[in-house]
Amino acid sequence: MIQEDMQVLEHQRIADGIYKLKLRGQLAEQIREPGQFVHVRVGGRSQSIAPLLRRPISISSADSAACTLTLIYRSGGLGTHLLSESAVGETVDVLGPLGHGFPVDAAPAGGNALLVGGGVGVPPLYGLSQALMSRGIQTTHILGFRSAKDVFYQQAFEAYGETYIMTEDGSCGKKGLVTDMLDRVSFDVAYACGPIPMLRALERRITKQPLFVSLEQRMGCGIGACMACVARTTDPQDSKGYRRVCCDGPVFKAREVELC
Amino acid sequence: MLEVHLPGLDLKNPIMPASGCFAFGAEYSTLYDLNVLGAVTIKAATLAPRFGNPTPRVAETPGGMLNAIGLQNPGVDQIIKKELPRLAKENVPIIANIAGSEMDDYVTTAEKMSQQSAVHALELNISCPNVKHGGIAFGTVPEVAAELTAKVKAVSKKPVYVKLSPNVTDIVGMAEAVEAAGADGLSMINTLLGMRIDLRTQKPILANLTGGLSGPAIKPVAIRMIYEVSQKVKIPIIGMGGIQNVDDVIEFFLAGASAVAVGTANFVDPYVCPKIIKTLPEKLNEMGVSDINDLVGRSWKK
Repeated sequence: MIQEDMQVLEHQRIADGIYKLKLRGQLAEQIREPGQFVHVRVGGRSQSIAPLLRRPISISSADSAACTLTLIYRSGGLGTHLLSESAVGETVDVLGPLGHGFPVDAAPAGGNALLVGGGVGVPPLYGLSQALMSRGIQTTHILGFRSAKDVFYQQAFEAYGETYIMTEDGSCGKKGLVTDMLDRVSFDVAYACGPIPMLRALERRITKQPLFVSLEQRMGCGIGACMACVARTTDPQDSKGYRRVCCDGPVFKAREVELC
Repeated sequence: MLEVHLPGLDLKNPIMPASGCFAFGAEYSTLYDLNVLGAVTIKAATLAPRFGNPTPRVAETPGGMLNAIGLQNPGVDQIIKKELPRLAKENVPIIANIAGSEMDDYVTTAEKMSQQSAVHALELNISCPNVKHGGIAFGTVPEVAAELTAKVKAVSKKPVYVKLSPNVTDIVGMAEAVEAAGADGLSMINTLLGMRIDLRTQKPILANLTGGLSGPAIKPVAIRMIYEVSQKVKIPIIGMGGIQNVDDVIEFFLAGASAVAVGTANFVDPYVCPKIIKTLPEKLNEMGVSDINDLVGRSWKK
């Protein structure tokens, strides 16, 4: 983990309110697994206090040899709106890489992995798909979005494996929820990132194969000190009774922590 | 130039992370050598382990943040067994923050913690706004605060700093009451009680509904209260509330603080404490000040 002013190499809008930000710096060399995240300070150079806190954003993909990483984020509040205005050549204050990502070795050699994403939960699955492919694992992707205007990275995922796009209104891919497709896919291990109701549904449905879920939570420090982002363990006998999403996660085994 | 001597605390510099913003130091020790710090104030200990409040536990505000962690901690015995030995190796004075629900559990926790050789002083938390019982209740009625202070002082082997709540009308009255009860020093201020409401759900954002406001937004409140209290008490004040940089540190000293704690800023910049410590001598030189102790209360001293 380091703190670094990373250089903006590319920054573009790729869907409605969704931005792709490619950064260069030494930090990228420390990324160990897909699904880790960075804590971004917007306006850090100006010592601005609005927004005050860092923003946790998942790493979509990384190239450690080229010292680059790519973030895909939704511009919603003040912080991400200001971030969306950072131009190529400028720098962004980044702390990371943080947390534990998806265990790629949970996929058996020559096996099949299912990757399920919803909305801005889709980005970290891209780096995961890359990592699995390089290990010879076949991947199938089920990606859910609200509507056609929200869809991104469809072709990028298609290049790595079979990809089903699901939209709530049917304006792109199939109409329905990601869980509608589960029965059509055979897999040895599953990985998911997206809204809590989606993760809950997957935890109910996927019980025979290992499933790993990535959680999102409001954070303070991002490094495990402030206890803002805790989740209760489902096992009441667990010695700690909780996990910190920022440093014990954000990826957990299915049903390891309560989803709320 | 930076050395400060307070009851129980011989500090090589007056900068320390504030309680609750630094856990027990393990996470930050992966980023820098904790030995550079003046002291470390560890997260509040209660007699029994506490899980704390449901999430969301934090919400950002303009220039600040609300938190309602709810004193999550593994309990005083586990802290003594698991956390203190590791932190003790860092060769940095430890201030142990103590919280409770009833007088008795404050007293037992304080007694246990004060017996630890690694602990140099206690910080009595009578001002946590995020727990249903205890916490702030002890910090808003001068007679109750004084009684608790006296009871803790009676068992503590180490000096006791009482952490005051800003959620009172008469901060001087509170300070004088705990000083008369035997407090060795004051920590001020804790967070201000606040709330944020989500426009989409039209409900409070924090699961606890209310939380404690910290960060740069509360600095003027802290400065005002330290300015008022430091003129009325003889015991030293560890100042805190929105400190982000070396200028803020100077302002707290001018108001009447003898040392300072940095809280929320650790989340914004995890290296903020060592950065402040490094730039403080330059700032003092620039001001023509050879000893930081000379700045204490200069805003009101004739």
